[in-house]
Amino acid sequence: MEERTLTCIRCPRGCAVTVVLEGDTVVSVRGNSCPRGDTYARAEVTNPMRVVTTTVPVHGSDIECMVSVKTAGDVPKGRVFDVVKALRGIEATAPVEMGDVILANAAGTGVDVIATKRA
Amino acid sequence: MQNSDYDVVIVGAGVSGCATARELSRLEARVLVIEREEDVCCGTSKANSAIVHAGYDARTGSLMAKLNVEGSRLMPALCESLGVDFMRIGSLVVCTSEEMLPGLEELRQRGANNGVEGLEVVDRPRLLELEPAVSHAALGALWAPTAGIVNPFQLNVAFAEDASVNGVDFRFNSRVSGLSRDDDGCWHVSCSTGNVTCRVVVNAAGVHADELHNLVSTDKLVITPRRGQYYVLDTTAGAHVRHTVFSQPTVLGKGVLITPTTAGNLLVGPNAEDITDKEGTDTTAEGLAEVAEKSSVAVRDVPLREVITSFSGLRAHQPGHDFVIGEVEGAPGFVDCAAIESPGLSACPAIGRMVAGIVRDILALAPKPVVTPWRSEFVSLERATTEEWAALVEKNPAYGRVICRCRKVSEAQIVDAIHAPLGARSLDAVKRRTEACMGRCQAGFCTPKIMEILAREVEGMDMSDVTKAGPGSGIVVGTNKDGLAGDGR
Amino acid sequence: MTRYDVVVVGGGPAGLSAALSARGEGSRSVLVVERDTKLGGILNQCIHNGFGLITFNEELTGPEYAARFEDRALAAGIDLMLDTMVLDLSDDRIVTCVNATDGLVRVQAGAVVLAMGCRERPRGALNIPGFRPAGVFTAGTAQRLVNIEGLMPGREVVILGSGDIGLIMARRMTLEGAHVACVAELMPYSGGLKRNIVQCLDDFGIPLLLSHTVTRVEGEKRVEAVWVAQVGTDGRPVPKTEVRYPCDTLLLSVGLLPENELSREAGVELSPITRGPVVNESLETSVTGIFACGNVLHVHDLVDYVSQEARVAGEHAGAYADLIAAGKTPEKGREIALRARDGVRYTVPQSLDPRRMADRLVVRFRVGGVFENRYVSVYLDEERIQHRKRSILVPGEMEQVILKRDELLAHANLSEITVRLEED
Repeated sequence: MEERTLTCIRCPRGCAVTVVLEGDTVVSVRGNSCPRGDTYARAEVTNPMRVVTTTVPVHGSDIECMVSVKTAGDVPKGRVFDVVKALRGIEATAPVEMGDVILANAAGTGVDVIATKRA
Repeated sequence: MQNSDYDVVIVGAGVSGCATARELSRLEARVLVIEREEDVCCGTSKANSAIVHAGYDARTGSLMAKLNVEGSRLMPALCESLGVDFMRIGSLVVCTSEEMLPGLEELRQRGANNGVEGLEVVDRPRLLELEPAVSHAALGALWAPTAGIVNPFQLNVAFAEDASVNGVDFRFNSRVSGLSRDDDGCWHVSCSTGNVTCRVVVNAAGVHADELHNLVSTDKLVITPRRGQYYVLDTTAGAHVRHTVFSQPTVLGKGVLITPTTAGNLLVGPNAEDITDKEGTDTTAEGLAEVAEKSSVAVRDVPLREVITSFSGLRAHQPGHDFVIGEVEGAPGFVDCAAIESPGLSACPAIGRMVAGIVRDILALAPKPVVTPWRSEFVSLERATTEEWAALVEKNPAYGRVICRCRKVSEAQIVDAIHAPLGARSLDAVKRRTEACMGRCQAGFCTPKIMEILAREVEGMDMSDVTKAGPGSGIVVGTNKDGLAGDGR
Repeated sequence: MTRYDVVVVGGGPAGLSAALSARGEGSRSVLVVERDTKLGGILNQCIHNGFGLITFNEELTGPEYAARFEDRALAAGIDLMLDTMVLDLSDDRIVTCVNATDGLVRVQAGAVVLAMGCRERPRGALNIPGFRPAGVFTAGTAQRLVNIEGLMPGREVVILGSGDIGLIMARRMTLEGAHVACVAELMPYSGGLKRNIVQCLDDFGIPLLLSHTVTRVEGEKRVEAVWVAQVGTDGRPVPKTEVRYPCDTLLLSVGLLPENELSREAGVELSPITRGPVVNESLETSVTGIFACGNVLHVHDLVDYVSQEARVAGEHAGAYADLIAAGKTPEKGREIALRARDGVRYTVPQSLDPRRMADRLVVRFRVGGVFENRYVSVYLDEERIQHRKRSILVPGEMEQVILKRDELLAHANLSEITVRLEED
């Protein structure tokens, strides 16, 4: 039996959540203030996930030369750099609306990278 | 006479070199200024107290005394004609120890001997009237009404622009590595951007003037860099004192001065430390602590917590403690303009005249029949009325776009600084000409905007090419993701 | 001279929220003056997520959060002056501003809302010794270069300051291909959110050096190295603990300062602790008719609270403007002081009049150190009315208590309200 305490990153409260593990199986979770914390803690000790936020250049826009983007959902923490590298050389073309897919299925994660800014 | 590339090469584009260049531009001569940095005003000329001393401090009979007093007399009209900020706010040497009081009278006498007008020793009651912020230990002072403050960057730039408009060439990012004189009496200047020949060399090379001098003469000149560190306080502290306040030196040594600047800041410093490194323009914890400690001697409650930046400057000090100006024996046509430490800035109009006079006599130069009058347009929106500002925007809409919000510097001024003669090509060059980046946010807000303007206005410059102060000081190192490893990170 | 019921200085999250609530049902004329070419303020460059969890129950990036308010503001018929800088604000609420198309413009406002945000403390204010090369940036300036211009400030980075901006930039620089050697923090605790320590430092193995500071910058033209030393309990570098970090970039996240130059010129009284205007329950400053909200009032951590605070300011500004428009003179309130004591560093507001309060008033505060197992207590004179246990309180996380008007009105001869920390 193993106990791991971690800081939940799901919201700015940063609850200290303790996970009890039996091998690779989560036995219990305590310290979270909401269900999101429970989900986060379970994932964090077995298969940590992250949302990636970054930027890509955009051409043809009067108002921006870079457009901010994010992964539409979270991706495995170990694949974060793969996602970022997959965006090298990717350029958006104006007009860009929030939510436009900039790169589909980034680095084979099944998650799209979408725009978070208009351009 | 043989054909040389130029008649005169001036090494160094500080206030001495540029004042000389400006004076020479009134004569029939082909003049080149060679400067190792990317712009004028990059050495001692940009890191000093910005004071135009009255002239009582220098030893009577010295060149320093003579040229200080002459420079101080010339400065107001000169600044007026060039459009440079100058304010005759007067200075006080404050005495804080009983046994040093007679020293004030000595100083007054020396000043009178030097030709300084209006000097007066004042007692504490009168001192308090003049300067309410003096410390409780202040017993009296020497009051020098002719002392003033000047904007040294504007002065240096204005000299250079005037010289350039009147035919003087300038080369930047150029180091002089060698000097030799051929049998025809022509000087060969080895320079990193191409060798140049001339008939006269003016050595205005600041802390490096000894190195240049010693290439041509066995009578060695020794210049010791004497570092001084300063605090710059926010304009909210700018009215803490009304005049430049010096501390009279005591047995413990020289004190520091507290002075308003022409831009409305408060300057505190400098200390004095002889170092060996001629590039030693860094500040140190010890030096800044020393300045902080000494700041309270003559003036009460100096609000050091309103500091916005600190800097250090190197004075070109030589053991004889006087300017070294003149044609070097055994090196005909090589003219020193060296060891220009304080009161160098105060004296520079007179230095320029003296050196140009020496060169004129060597080469028998005739005056030009026509000189293009020059006025540098240093606009200050901080001090403009709303009506004046409105009129400027009418004339040029770019005055309506504020780029440096701390000092209210508009896009128009920055564009003008770029397109002026010897126009700005770096952030620091823009800063010197416009006051941008010199406010309380210290360029945090305006840096990306000025980069954009430079990239737009300068041919062949992208935002990624913009530097703080010339080659090697790029602001950015590349574009996003260009440093990501292909694999295996 | 143009007239508006409410003029809002600043079009960031605070300004937009205030403008929206000032606009109300559309009966009042509202103008937002913004110096950038677009609305959104600092959120435009905050491309990371974590915004909006409280307001929208969604985790949004900065630009997305800003767009929500921008769209609503435009739909509500709020007038804008973009690329325009406010130069002066008089105490009778004449706003003087300048832009390239209209030149100098004066606007008479019924009420003004200050929402200018804050600026970063620069290196110069810390007197870090050494050279002054290129490569020293405040974290926000670096963030702008990376996120708006697509330019990399550097490749080998040391960060001073573990506030959220420093932590966010540690991650941002790393994700763009730079190497962040460490984050040094003067205090023995981090100033940022715990979640940011995890997702910005731990995730990338970037060490956090608490009780450390940068003592020297090397490099004449461009940063070549910085020296990092331990700091003693007196806050001063400990001799002989300096370590040299070769690098080309130093990012500074060493404090945010509300930008109140305009406020000061208008005669608005500022608090030396928050560095923002002293305000009453309506978020009105010492100059009647001038209100303040957001980072210009006090530095916030969460934009959701900025929006809440700004909404209150906008409502009151709107109500004030109605009185002015009707030719009435607003009554002077009876100011009861709110005191911050015993571990509470400040409260916003600093005073209130219970008769002018809404049913509930949010009083925001920060503590001055790290406190474990303390009670947040509210006293009306000597009577304690709130006593809530908190396991941990830190300076980097803004807190709040809620005061009920009825409770305050019921307390006879109320002269002072105190917010303090107690051990039991």
